[in-house]
Amino acid sequence: MTPLLEIADLHVRIGSSHILQGIGFAVPATGVTAVLGRNGAGKTTTLKAVLGIVPKTGSVRLDGEEIGALPTHAIVRRGLGYAPEDRGIFAGLTVTENLRLAERGRGPHRYDLVYEMFPELKQRGAQRAGTLSGGQQQMVAIGRTLLNDNRMLLVDEPTKGLAPKIVTEVADVLERAAREVPILLVEQNLALVRRIADHVVVIEQGTVVHTGEAASLLSDPDLTRELLGVA
Amino acid sequence: MSNIVLLALTGLGLGALYFLIASGLSLIFGLADVLNFAHGLFLAVGAYGTWWSSTHLGFPFVPAVMFGVVAGTVTAVLVETLLIRPLYRRTIEQVLVTVGLSLAGVALLQAAFGADPLTFPRPEWATGTTRILGAIVPNDRFLLIGAAVVVLVAIQVFLRRTRFGLIVRAGVEDRTMVTALGINVRTAFTLVFAIGGAAAALAGALAGVYFGNVSPGQGTSLLIFAFIVVVIGGMGSVTGSAIAAVLVGLVQQFTSFYAAAGVGEASVVLLLAVVLLARPGGLAGRAA
Repeated sequence: MTPLLEIADLHVRIGSSHILQGIGFAVPATGVTAVLGRNGAGKTTTLKAVLGIVPKTGSVRLDGEEIGALPTHAIVRRGLGYAPEDRGIFAGLTVTENLRLAERGRGPHRYDLVYEMFPELKQRGAQRAGTLSGGQQQMVAIGRTLLNDNRMLLVDEPTKGLAPKIVTEVADVLERAAREVPILLVEQNLALVRRIADHVVVIEQGTVVHTGEAASLLSDPDLTRELLGVA
Repeated sequence: MSNIVLLALTGLGLGALYFLIASGLSLIFGLADVLNFAHGLFLAVGAYGTWWSSTHLGFPFVPAVMFGVVAGTVTAVLVETLLIRPLYRRTIEQVLVTVGLSLAGVALLQAAFGADPLTFPRPEWATGTTRILGAIVPNDRFLLIGAAVVVLVAIQVFLRRTRFGLIVRAGVEDRTMVTALGINVRTAFTLVFAIGGAAAALAGALAGVYFGNVSPGQGTSLLIFAFIVVVIGGMGSVTGSAIAAVLVGLVQQFTSFYAAAGVGEASVVLLLAVVLLARPGGLAGRAA
């Protein structure tokens, strides 16, 4: 299958640190591709580099088009939705304003889908996003990515700091969203990865050390322990 | 009682002037992280534009002010696009360029119009007085206060009712995330410079009415107090700037009158220190 996103020889240097050291992998046009690795391996930086949020060198191709040199807003407008690790919520804006801000172009914007997945966001539309719980803020972050007709979602540690019940809800939402749009997911929660990921990319110290089917990696405890330090 | 009324209205008038300058400064810093020392230039262009169109083109007061505001707005947009835009994320170079521009602007105005203050054309009603609770209050105070209220309301409507306003409010919180939503935040930068330039130019025209004259260095001296207002109010908060401007104007007037000349300025600096000790992020700004 032709990959939707292709990354090649991606380097990121921040100060004297060489964070990404020639990362390269491909993301299929369907399902969930999980980026795994130990803390500090460069997973979040990879997503930021794809989006042009951090300065980088190398190639990023979306559906064959080179987008690596474009500014962040232009990359996103090519059809990438981003839910960052810290959720990127605008605390002083209301829930509705946070969603409105994410509207791109003339639409139609898929509020029906967002409110169907997260009915709470409709009820709390006038509430300041900064007063929401972590789980509710994650709903806003994912809801914003679903509002537009994106070609791929980049989701960074969506379950970080959430209660187990909310983690299950987030997993349900990502599973459902993945039926409509491919997801590049950074995640430390292996149970979630096991449940929803089709493919995995393992990063270690800024380089890709493993790519393949999620099931084959996670069903091999020795390999999982070797690559991720956990089984 | 009449002294208190006069001092209060004069303090509010002065605060209105500070607010008109500080509102743009605050928005520009809040969104674009630019400490714009050239903001006084927009004020001076507005003042001289008003003076020039009135004395050379024969414009009545309101069209002359509009001419000055347009001149200040165009100057602000040109400064942003030609000089500031290539220097975003380069803070030191920004400071050097805006300080240099501020100094060069004063020198250019001196070369064009002379160093001496020029008598400012004031409408007749602005030179009159109104008696309130025994106090004889110059009418220009009401003009300043009225203009600041209109600008405050207009900026709030812009920020709360328009998409660009939404982008500005979000950008003040997290500019990177705004771009990660597919929004070209640079367009909003230009817009806040235009708004800030227009408000500062209006302040320049009204400062001419308030002081009765216009001089090349007027923008620079008013800018110092506007910076204090921005810091007290909280970087990026227009409402905070409005509250701080009122506080600074009133403190300055009352202490100057009841203590001694010069104490007013010192008391403003003291107010700044007290607010920063109690609330490092300012009255309504983001956390320091």
